[in-house]
Amino acid sequence: MTAGTDEVLSFDEAMEKYDPVLGFEVHVELNTRTKMFSSAPNAFGDVPNTNVTPVDLGLPGVLPVVNGVAVESAIKIGLALNCSIAEKCYFARKNYFYPDTPKNFQTSQFEDPIAYDGSIDIELADGTVFTVEIERAHMEEDAGKLTHMGGSTGRIQGAEYSLVDYNRAGVPLIEIVTKPIEGAGARAPELAKAYVAAIREIVKNLGVSDARMERGNVRCDANVSLRPHGREQFGTRTETKNVNSLRAVEHAVRYEIQRHAAVLDSGTPILQETRHWHEDTRSTTSGRPKSDADDYRYFPEPDLVPVVTDEAWIEALRASLPEPPAERRKRLQADWGYSDAEFRDVVNAGVMTSIEDTVAAGVGAVAARKWWMGEISRRAKLADVEPSELGVTPELVVELQGLIDSGKINDKLSRDVLDGVLAGEGTPAEVVEQRGLAVVSDDGPLLDAIDGALAAQPDVADKIRGGKIQAVGAIVGGVMKATRGQADAGRVRELILQRLGVEG
Amino acid sequence: MTDLTRFSADALSRKLASKEVSAVEVTRAHLDRIDAVDGAINAFLHVNTDEALRVAAEVDSARAGAEPLHPLAGVPIAVKDLIVTRGQPTTAGSKILEGWQSPYDATVVSRLRAARMPLLGKTNLDEFAMGSSTEHSAYGPTRNPWDLDRIPGGSGGGSAAAVAAFEAPLALGTDTGGSIRQPGAVTGTVGVKPTYGGVSRYGAIAMASSLDQIGPVSRTVLDSALLHEVIGGHDPRDSTSLTDPVGALVEAARRGEVEGMRIGVITELQGEGYQAGVLTRFQEALELLRAAGAEIVEVSCPNFRYALGAYYLIMPSEVSSNLAKYDGVRFGLRVVPDGAPTIERVMGATRAAGFGDEVKRRIILGTYALSAGYYDAYYGSAQQVRTLIQRDFAAAFEQADVLISPTAPTTAFKLGEKLGDPLAMYLNDVATIPANLAGVPGLSVPGGLADEDGLPVGIQFLAPARQDARLYRVGAVLEALLEESWGGPLLSRAPEITQIAGGK
Repeated sequence: MTAGTDEVLSFDEAMEKYDPVLGFEVHVELNTRTKMFSSAPNAFGDVPNTNVTPVDLGLPGVLPVVNGVAVESAIKIGLALNCSIAEKCYFARKNYFYPDTPKNFQTSQFEDPIAYDGSIDIELADGTVFTVEIERAHMEEDAGKLTHMGGSTGRIQGAEYSLVDYNRAGVPLIEIVTKPIEGAGARAPELAKAYVAAIREIVKNLGVSDARMERGNVRCDANVSLRPHGREQFGTRTETKNVNSLRAVEHAVRYEIQRHAAVLDSGTPILQETRHWHEDTRSTTSGRPKSDADDYRYFPEPDLVPVVTDEAWIEALRASLPEPPAERRKRLQADWGYSDAEFRDVVNAGVMTSIEDTVAAGVGAVAARKWWMGEISRRAKLADVEPSELGVTPELVVELQGLIDSGKINDKLSRDVLDGVLAGEGTPAEVVEQRGLAVVSDDGPLLDAIDGALAAQPDVADKIRGGKIQAVGAIVGGVMKATRGQADAGRVRELILQRLGVEG
Repeated sequence: MTDLTRFSADALSRKLASKEVSAVEVTRAHLDRIDAVDGAINAFLHVNTDEALRVAAEVDSARAGAEPLHPLAGVPIAVKDLIVTRGQPTTAGSKILEGWQSPYDATVVSRLRAARMPLLGKTNLDEFAMGSSTEHSAYGPTRNPWDLDRIPGGSGGGSAAAVAAFEAPLALGTDTGGSIRQPGAVTGTVGVKPTYGGVSRYGAIAMASSLDQIGPVSRTVLDSALLHEVIGGHDPRDSTSLTDPVGALVEAARRGEVEGMRIGVITELQGEGYQAGVLTRFQEALELLRAAGAEIVEVSCPNFRYALGAYYLIMPSEVSSNLAKYDGVRFGLRVVPDGAPTIERVMGATRAAGFGDEVKRRIILGTYALSAGYYDAYYGSAQQVRTLIQRDFAAAFEQADVLISPTAPTTAFKLGEKLGDPLAMYLNDVATIPANLAGVPGLSVPGGLADEDGLPVGIQFLAPARQDARLYRVGAVLEALLEESWGGPLLSRAPEITQIAGGK
């Protein structure tokens, strides 16, 4: 199969002619200890087919039992998406034969999702807010993982044989379905990315999912259709399956808009189908035809009783919800007094929580930002880890900043102290002691160094005496070099000017 | 020594407790009996000789050591081959599971093991419990101990015949539309379908999950009560399992009391379609109960006439989904067709070769009934009928404490007589199906022999959900009254199998 052979229109031209309508189905894997309907561990990366019980293999005679924690997680997600929670809802069987589905049906919810009719506000980079309406969030189970061997494409077609790992079969999933999203216009790809990012953030913030897209904890099916400007009726949609990174979501939506536009321009109707996303070519290829009449022969799951919720339970869960991420961001930005640009950088660098903890530990917001966006981010980048994973604790930042504020060390020395701490040489105070890093604050040795520097650069000394105060930097540099950075540069400057009898 | 196979489980329990006999002697006697007659009856698909004798020996040494033992410890039992057992094959009467061994025990089997009852083996059945004659077993039909040319009922013909032929004092059956009660009726034995949820279904291979129920098969009402108390009660592995305690069923059977009890005769379950000899015995039973102080009232359940139709939509719908898992991928038969064997072709070939005609008929019916465009007309309206039947029961139980009817419209028919006419076969269950649709308990007791053919007739009692004890109370009374009139148990009038077997 060759990818990306389809004609595409330029994005701008597509936007001139057409109005995109989006829709998303996002699957969130919950991080419950056990699976949705069995006591098997819900764990990633284990030896294939070890996290299975007879229930997960669909052996004859087995019965499912609903994981109560998963139901609570589903309700929490529903509440966080401002949904109504069903007083009574049912599981249903979605019947289809596929070897990754041990029973050849998936236990899901059909007519009665646990959460329905919600909405979330999605803020784009420039501050524009789109409200995305949520149709429903329902509970279901994940399928096993198929690995197709011997073919060139990694797909089932052409494979010699396929391996099945049922460790993932039965992992709890929440499927979040939006209503059609209209009016995004040229912002559609950006909105797509922002929406999935928001869902990921919400479920991570709730603590109900590890939300790692690279592990498939959050998976997105993106629906796209186009209609000519001014027309109310939706065009035919395609569903691009399993777009599993934020960037890919943006690219896939953008690509499908461009491809649809080219197809429509040529006078051909859009085929209602699923599409596969190819990261390498940044394009989609045809999957299988998908009609609205796909017949899964849904019927109520007779092995499970209805899930009944009551007001007190829901209110207790609502009360337990953490502050929504968007509100938290607004609050923190106001508290810290950062500019929009500064705050956005902090969020994008993934250090907002670290700064919050550091501020809570007693460092000022400006100094905390300087640490986390500066030295710590730099080191994290070098080590290719997240800043929060570097081993720098808020308490450590507090100590370092304390040493600076008290004049014991300066900014430059503080980096050496951090080196020492990260190398396991002890606390910042111990490192200062052992490495002899304290700022030279005794004027005696400084004056010797200043005299040496002035003697070494008599022409500069003359310039300063002549009133060219800015030339003092060269002498300061000389002194700092001579003291191997252990001098307080401000004090050095004062002393030089004093020595030369010049008013600073 | 007296023939130990002729005693009831209750009598054996007392003989074991008093050490008059050993568990090994009792178990050996039944294994010998199986050896002697099962060639003619074909009640057993697997005989579990070694394990049964080992368990019996353990019971004997425990008793010698004065360990506390369950009253039924050492009393052997046969298990319908629809219920999974470790250490023995489980076939469900199907080629598709030939040679398969379950890695886990059904909950009821765990409870038998906990009571230390030796498991004699696995009994024959219609494939996946689909049938009323045991002729649909892939392993040949079971024969009726009263007449080897006749059917033993179904689907649990193996369990009923084993008990009737004194191969086992007790057996487990499963009842989806009458599969315990109808075989009980035509073999002159007792069979009970407990309240839905009263006995765990975990490990009973599902036919129709919303209708299936495991229950006792025995020769006396008291024996069924003894077994019911062992297997009943809540199981967290079955979400539809009731949380109520199992109740004082043995006490109810021992106390037997009908004075002042209102017994409702169901107008719709008599008359046309019922054999004259069956109705004669039924009227006699009513007279005996009236004479014993019961109040006989007539109740109408007008929607019962739709029960068979609703059942043959709901049951196959669930069957079509429950049996999807038999696909050759994970367990059981796998047929790899010639040519390019894609997964679809392997699944198709496996199911084509592994399932018998009746199973295929019901899968096709159910798949059709659940299909888009037909769901509302078939599955949907069948569920509405189910609700109407539940209302009929509710209204009837306003007027009566228990209901009574013939268990089956006819006595045992000849092998092969109805094989070519599925509809005629389905009519055997017309009186038993309503209880499954409503989830209420039912019990069948021997009502005597029909005048025209000298074959057993069954009398069915039905009680409101969770009132299983009432069945034992009234069943024990009718049993006692009838045995008094016959001068002994009905089965003492059955022919000796070794004499009628002849060339069979």
